[in-house]
Amino acid sequence: MTQTDTATAKPARRLPPMTVIGPVVALIALIIIGAMLNPNFLGYANLTNVLSRSAFIGIIAVGMTFVITAGGLDLSVGSMAAFIAGLMILVMNAALPVLGVGLPIIFLGVATALVAGVIAGLINGLLITKVGIEAFIVTLGTMGIYRSLVTWMADGGTLSLDFGLRTFYRPVYYDGILGISWPIIVFALCVIVGEIFLSRGVFGRHVAATGANAEVAHYSSVNTTRVRLATYVLLGLLVGVATIMYVPRLGSASQTTGILWELEAIAAVIIGGTYLKGGFGRVWGTVIGVLILSLIENILNLTDYVSPYLNGAVQGVMIILAVILQRGAKTGK
Amino acid sequence: MTRHFPKAALAVSFLALAAPAVAQDTTVIGVSIPAATHGWAGGMNYHAQATVDRLEEVYPQLDFVLSTASNAAEQVNDIEDMMATRDIAALVVLPFESEPLTGPVQALSESGIWITVVDRGLSVEGIEDLYVAGDNPGFGRVAGEFFTGAMPDGGQIVVLRGIPTTIDNERLAGFEEAIEGSGIEILAAEHGNWNRDDSFTVMQDFLSRYPEIDAVWASDDDMAIGAMAAIDAAGRDDIQFVLGGAGMKEMIQRTMEGDEMVPANVTYPPAMIATAIEMTAVGVTSNAPVSGTFTIGSVLITPENAEQYYYPDSPF
Repeated sequence: MTQTDTATAKPARRLPPMTVIGPVVALIALIIIGAMLNPNFLGYANLTNVLSRSAFIGIIAVGMTFVITAGGLDLSVGSMAAFIAGLMILVMNAALPVLGVGLPIIFLGVATALVAGVIAGLINGLLITKVGIEAFIVTLGTMGIYRSLVTWMADGGTLSLDFGLRTFYRPVYYDGILGISWPIIVFALCVIVGEIFLSRGVFGRHVAATGANAEVAHYSSVNTTRVRLATYVLLGLLVGVATIMYVPRLGSASQTTGILWELEAIAAVIIGGTYLKGGFGRVWGTVIGVLILSLIENILNLTDYVSPYLNGAVQGVMIILAVILQRGAKTGK
Repeated sequence: MTRHFPKAALAVSFLALAAPAVAQDTTVIGVSIPAATHGWAGGMNYHAQATVDRLEEVYPQLDFVLSTASNAAEQVNDIEDMMATRDIAALVVLPFESEPLTGPVQALSESGIWITVVDRGLSVEGIEDLYVAGDNPGFGRVAGEFFTGAMPDGGQIVVLRGIPTTIDNERLAGFEEAIEGSGIEILAAEHGNWNRDDSFTVMQDFLSRYPEIDAVWASDDDMAIGAMAAIDAAGRDDIQFVLGGAGMKEMIQRTMEGDEMVPANVTYPPAMIATAIEMTAVGVTSNAPVSGTFTIGSVLITPENAEQYYYPDSPF
């Protein structure tokens, strides 16, 4: 598979550098493989499914791109999503007798998710920037805290949105405009805004400068503390946005919600060409990373060639291959 | 090691620590179970806590220490701690995994502590005094028999499997045996990991892959909920029913109300932990013999008998 990939990539050498093309080539290769293995792969229904599912991780991964580019890391996002989902369900169920089923209660839920996301991001950010604890440790701690909190709120079981409310809220995941479902639209908007901010705005330059060398950035009058804090808050906000799209899907949250989302988001960011040690990042690359991860899972479910016991292994190999393709191309240049 | 004692258990341990002189002649029973990492385990935690609370009222001479572990290594530590600091007379254990727990539990057994094993057996026979067992091959068989009854002319089904474990393998083997020769064909079986989100994803992909599916064996109620959400969203009406399992209250309720998509359920009661704790308490406090094996059969729940299996207060 590697050989075919590099072979298809070669003629394109005159175009943008291979670091840019690497992930795209991997994605195209996956799409070709998928289309060959199953005729339904490129069908409207399957593509909608895959893109809608990718939206949660995708929206979070956009925020993660900023955090990692600024030299940080956040392991708590999966647990945070579960916690916010649980909180949203509790708040909406509690407000139901007062507000009734209707738009106000949805707005209340949305506001809860966004505020909780910002506060959670702020807590992570303040502990990292003001108290000066390693991002890895802070977010490992909050990861455990949010996971336990959602288990406690659900009493070890599952929190479910009131049935009538769920029916009303459901279209937010399943419907859309012009046949494009809402999660895909929201994901696309996050990507476009994120890409503009990161690659064209002053904020993006400050984020990259902070990640490349915080000291130099500081002496170049970049307020690195504020920049890093802002990236965590932005990520928290986007976790809130992802949760708003997640809750209407199954209308429930439990301790298994969002497990390993943090690692999927980080993997997507790195596959997309952002440097894990910070200093350089690109949002559109992250999108490619998210799509690669979702498509691998989708293709494995659509075919019988690999034992389901080995799904994780195939995903692992593909992640490493995608990055090798990218790095190999870089040294080749 | 992150260990969280449920509130009541914590209170119990404080009491015991604070008043060792008064509680000199109490007998301590240790209960070690996996943490509430999925719906079934949540229900099991609920029943364990409820039983401990109840028995402490009933038997003033008994003291319980309940600990929950999120992996096998943590559970071994819990058991070692109970042995070292709480001087337990009996241990009720639902092993996270059989292999890693066998050695430590055997050591306890050899030092004369009463051992009750629940659900999953240990890898060496004869360690436990009492084995309260769930019937996994039976769980698959009862489900398979329901399929052969509901689809006398055969048909094409898909299967959602749990987390890859012996339990899951035994269930699938029991199921396959029961449907053999009935004309029911398993199109595909993938792991939904006893998780709603995972089974939603797997079911969506099954629906893209097969234009015609007659029924789904989701093998667990959480997975059945995920699968049904995917079927609803796709607007497919070829699927006649989804059979879950384990008896989640929301699903039992739907069966009770005659929902055609949820015509039945197969029990695998998380309350089996209650049976084990109760029997251990009886064994410790009385002369009634309770050693041996107690198998809790998997029963088919239909709209007729669903009410008996509906526990509105349990989280599961």
